[in-house]
Amino acid sequence: MRETLGLTGPKKGCDLGQCGACTVLVDGRRITSCLTFALMHGGREVTTIEGLGGDPEGDLHPVQQAFVDHDAFQCGFCTPGQIMSAVALLAEGHAGDDDEIREWMSGNLCRCAAYPNIVAAITAAAGR
Amino acid sequence: MRSFTYTRPAEPAQPWTELGPDAMYIAGGTNLVDLMKCGVAAPGRLVDIGRLPLADIEVDAATDTLRIGALVPNSDLAAHPVVRERLPVLSRALLAGASPQLRNLATLGGNLMQRTRCGYFRDLAMPCNKRVPDSGCAALDGEHRGHAVLGTSSRCIATHPSDLAVALLALEARVSIDGPNGPRAEPIEAFHLPPGETPERETTLTHGELITAVEVPMTTLGAHSYYLKVRERASFAFAMCSAAVALEVREGTVRAARIALGGVATTPWRAYAAEAALIGGPPSTGAFARAGDAATEGAVPGRDNGHKVELIRRVVARALSTLAATDTPATDTPATDTPATGTPKSPGTGEAPRTGEAPGSTEGEHR
Repeated sequence: MRETLGLTGPKKGCDLGQCGACTVLVDGRRITSCLTFALMHGGREVTTIEGLGGDPEGDLHPVQQAFVDHDAFQCGFCTPGQIMSAVALLAEGHAGDDDEIREWMSGNLCRCAAYPNIVAAITAAAGR
Repeated sequence: MRSFTYTRPAEPAQPWTELGPDAMYIAGGTNLVDLMKCGVAAPGRLVDIGRLPLADIEVDAATDTLRIGALVPNSDLAAHPVVRERLPVLSRALLAGASPQLRNLATLGGNLMQRTRCGYFRDLAMPCNKRVPDSGCAALDGEHRGHAVLGTSSRCIATHPSDLAVALLALEARVSIDGPNGPRAEPIEAFHLPPGETPERETTLTHGELITAVEVPMTTLGAHSYYLKVRERASFAFAMCSAAVALEVREGTVRAARIALGGVATTPWRAYAAEAALIGGPPSTGAFARAGDAATEGAVPGRDNGHKVELIRRVVARALSTLAATDTPATDTPATDTPATGTPKSPGTGEAPRTGEAPGSTEGEHR
């Protein structure tokens, strides 16, 4: 994805499935892309952060906008993975309260520790 | 990573016909791809079984058995309504493991086949009898605070990492297997092998065999079950100690009990002595504490993992009391408090945390 397709949104973080910076959606389900081979996913729809907002000149995806509004990042390296995971979390219906959001975002690390703002952004995107 | 060839079997009935001596099956990949990156696994050929028709969850009403295809993702199994209602320990164990992204990839069969996270197993520069037979065990005298205290041998003290397998053991699940020599099935208790003299051999599978399904009896016990996992942070960490427990209580007496342990043994561990300590008596706080003591039977702690012996006591007692408190009519003497009282009894225990939620921070090193 990064080197052949030039989609550098998914990050190579730990490369061990532990940090979540590489999170993408495959047929709408979030996975850590570092622990699978592209070859195994022929015929499936893969969504990276680049494909989330639709038109590159258009509006941001609501979760992207919520991350901006709530300052839910510092260095930004983990952010594409955080947002992809958050989009899936909302689709799964796991944004009931802060504890639930934290548990279901546990696969995404932020070494800048923007966690409180990430939870706030997801809460806002959930419409709570 | 060593280069490899990749194939997806055209004949779904017999994937082993495409498997040469240097090949491995791959499905979810969450463990194998990781091990390929660090060089512990270096297959010359991958046979992708991920699209074989083994991803169904079926209820056999005649035998009241749940048949789970080997390729069912952990996330789907945890969310299945029958599992949530009739086998809560299974759903809880699954959701206590890994992260949402990994649970979407990881499969039932792969979970049972996953390798230990012992740091020496993953480090090619260090001796490890599991990775290179007869090379030695660096963990015996090395960093072993997370290692096993039950089922160990002089050759290996690596912990089995699965939560799911612990729940399946408590539920007395059966593993269905197919391969070049035909189909077979066996209790999950027999499937995982203790290290003994051959820690490199972890299951009964022979080359070419694969898990096709797991069958779980849906019993009264299974419906009254619970999973408690204690780890070093609140989520996404391997167990320091976990317990899958199930109780059947009638007229104030424990008629049946199942207790299995994770994170403390070289295989998913059935604590028969702890079960026996409960049968025929009341489901009381005292009885649960005695079961916790009995669960440590045979434990052999090393220099730096004595805390696990005390954790076993507390996790078992806490899991049982939590389960008993959620049981309804038959439990007439529910435990009301955590029986994690008194002084630690094992050497080197120090200040073992009270069981339950992992202590403190959600920031910690990944494993």
